[in-house]
Amino acid sequence: MKFFRHRLLFAYSFVVLAFLYLPILVLVVYSFNRSRINAVWEGFTLDWYLSLFQNERVIDALLNTLFIAIIATLVSTILGTAAAIGLSKNKIRFRSAIDGLIYLPIIIPEVVMGLSLLIFFSQLHIPLSKLTVIIAHITFCISYVVIIVSARMEGMGKQLEEAAQDLGATPWQTFRYVTLPLIMPAIIAGALMSFTLSIDDFVISSFVTGPDSTTLPIYIYGMVKRGVSPEINALSTIMILITVVLVILSERFGQKDADQTTSKRLPF
Amino acid sequence: MKSMIQLVDIEKHFSDHSVIPPLNLTIHEGEFLTILGPSGCGKTTLLRMIAGFEKPTKGDIFLDQKRVTDSAPYQRDVNMVFQHYALFPHMTVEENISFGLQMKKVSAQEQMRRIEEVIALTRLSELKKRKPSQLSGGQQQRVAIARAIVNNPKVLLLDEPLGALDLQLRKDLQIELKHLQKKLGITFVYVTHDQEEAMAMSDRIVVMNQGKIEQLGTPYEIYHHPKSLFVATFIGENNIFSQGDQIFSVRPEKIILFPLNQSGAAAPTQEKKRGWVEDVVFLGNMYKLFIKLENEPTVLIAYQQVNGKGPYKEGEPIGVGWLKEDEVILN
Amino acid sequence: MKKRGTLIIWPALLWLILFFLVPCFIVLLYSVLKKDTYGRIIYSFNLDNYARFFDPLYLNILWQTLVIALLTTIFCLLLGYPLAYTISRASRKWQNIMLLLVMVPFWINFLVRSYAWVVILRSQGLVNTLLMKVGLIEEPLKLLYTPEAVMIGMIYALLPFMVLPIYVSIEKMDRRMLEAAYDLGATPFKAFWNITLPQTLPGIVAGSILVFVPSIGMFVVSDIMGGAKTALIGNVIENQFRTAQDFPFGSALSIIVILFSLILIYIYTRALKVQDGKGGNR
Repeated sequence: MKFFRHRLLFAYSFVVLAFLYLPILVLVVYSFNRSRINAVWEGFTLDWYLSLFQNERVIDALLNTLFIAIIATLVSTILGTAAAIGLSKNKIRFRSAIDGLIYLPIIIPEVVMGLSLLIFFSQLHIPLSKLTVIIAHITFCISYVVIIVSARMEGMGKQLEEAAQDLGATPWQTFRYVTLPLIMPAIIAGALMSFTLSIDDFVISSFVTGPDSTTLPIYIYGMVKRGVSPEINALSTIMILITVVLVILSERFGQKDADQTTSKRLPF
Repeated sequence: MKSMIQLVDIEKHFSDHSVIPPLNLTIHEGEFLTILGPSGCGKTTLLRMIAGFEKPTKGDIFLDQKRVTDSAPYQRDVNMVFQHYALFPHMTVEENISFGLQMKKVSAQEQMRRIEEVIALTRLSELKKRKPSQLSGGQQQRVAIARAIVNNPKVLLLDEPLGALDLQLRKDLQIELKHLQKKLGITFVYVTHDQEEAMAMSDRIVVMNQGKIEQLGTPYEIYHHPKSLFVATFIGENNIFSQGDQIFSVRPEKIILFPLNQSGAAAPTQEKKRGWVEDVVFLGNMYKLFIKLENEPTVLIAYQQVNGKGPYKEGEPIGVGWLKEDEVILN
Repeated sequence: MKKRGTLIIWPALLWLILFFLVPCFIVLLYSVLKKDTYGRIIYSFNLDNYARFFDPLYLNILWQTLVIALLTTIFCLLLGYPLAYTISRASRKWQNIMLLLVMVPFWINFLVRSYAWVVILRSQGLVNTLLMKVGLIEEPLKLLYTPEAVMIGMIYALLPFMVLPIYVSIEKMDRRMLEAAYDLGATPFKAFWNITLPQTLPGIVAGSILVFVPSIGMFVVSDIMGGAKTALIGNVIENQFRTAQDFPFGSALSIIVILFSLILIYIYTRALKVQDGKGGNR
């Protein structure tokens, strides 16, 4: 009876996972479909990918997306890591207010964040461009980095830093030789997260984008609005591929992170 | 005897309450001193103040005649073995041990020499290249010790280092640590709540309770001449009696037992009280008897050596007595 | 060592204050202003925008948004809980694999995922083509541009948010409680209903909030899969900024949505705390 129940549960989850992956698979498969009208399979082709690579606007959008993502990732990782390190020291006044401020961007609906920045920039007469998009991306990425790195610092505990100081390391040496190596996996995980969020972002970007800062998601949206086409399938497949790679990389670093925390608890 | 550490009028307050009221303590060079007390008595706080991780609210700390009250931990010639070892997980055993030497920029040659010496001393040669996650509790402990002593500190602080290990390993390491201390000649300041451990290893013991020093003395003095009720009951087992406004204690092993169930047996003159056996516990090397005294609420603890006669039985009437010189008067 | 180290938190804090708090504050400000016929802002305090919200048109839209959000949450719960449960029963290795499998779609661009459903559900899409080929229908079904389509899109987008907190909650539970229950004669179903379910309530609450709150503010799914009939409050807001250029009104709507979310979260957590207290004399 238990065995049957087990089987049932596993069959059920298989169905749900299939539901999760079906649409993705459809996109990927049909990106190679010779037919323009999608639903009927008419043979394998790479034409749609080729036309993408010859499409100047697509290349532009891709370059914009990468440019914005790289800068946003760099800045948010540095700011976020610094904040996480600072927050790990106790006795900070207004600690709960600061924590709230950090969690807020994650809770607030993307629409609101996007429109608030649009109003902000228009009030200050700042023209919309790659800069405004980068600023927006950094704003929502910082929180994720802070949370990821803070969690790691908390898991590490104060003892290691105290041990280093006891052995003669100055605060700077402690940071360089003990703290930094140990939080590096978390920093990388945070950076990967920021990068992924940035290249995937549509809602917020669409509010603050200017004429020359079209990102890939924004471009895709434009195409979707004009109707279904296999080029979108191809572009989507590329985006899916990039995302999958990033997620797997992120997982790898997450694992390495976890290994180091468990090692501390081993003697018990 | 030269003083190595002096705590002068040390006080520690945390926001609203005082953890350590004014305290004075002198630790001699080369001694093995244990700070003993129940959880929360302030012993770890005291140790951390010596190490430099806590600043005393008032008072001064002197290390080898030098005032270190305001010095950071990395400026003090003191090293600590942490309770959970605090080994650096991303470094090998060898790298962990050499850390302090690296920070002080000791020459590579000198480093090699000292590391080899310490590794041999703590028997870690086979494990040099391993990471902490690949070591057992006892091995990690030895690495923590090696990492500390390789720096030739003037004082080694140990914060309940054996707490996480099982009994046999703990007893073995107690002996090892004692030998190590004798060999190195460094001053050891050891913190524990385990009084057997303290008695086994220390030259002197500081018994602490609620931030105050109850007594400072050799293990013998602490055991046989406790100065307060707390020390008398915290160390070993003890029987407490009150006479008028005086309290005194008699150790269970000093209680003399007199059988009463033989009719007509002459009561010996030393017999002081009567009662009956409430419980008998077999401890392997002896029996522990719980004796309920007549006309008193007191339950006495006495030891009976294992001999041919067998233990007193539950419910058996019994007489107890002790020598006057075995009474210890407490404040 | 105490004060010196905290200086480095300021760059991030200043950034968030400048580019997050200040804009939010400006939104609040705008919500009580008005736009004149030329599109310029009239800087006089008024609550017209809020009053305008109480028009049946907008109230209806809000209602529809809430209903869809609620149904989405319920379906995510029904679909997600068993999935989370199954994952927690698997071996360590499989757990990591399955969790990764659940996470990956979540990371893929929202837009791309919604578009995928358009491809599947449209009149010349996968479903209709298949059904017609098999002969079950003659004319393509109108699957897209309906509230149901929007719900499918939302469930699809938000399911991982439900699965993960529930999974964590199940993992945290002490299995020995179940063993005790079996020992005392409970059937697997009873054990689940009386022990597992209440014990995993925190996960259910977290997952529900993580699904419900974003649902209210979503507009991409309804924009791509919903069409004119299924405008949600998120679409109306977006419209104010894109087409209608009525920033004050859009701001007021945003504030209303945020307030709503906060109130609902509060009520929800309160309600479940009470329930937890009632059955919770463990």
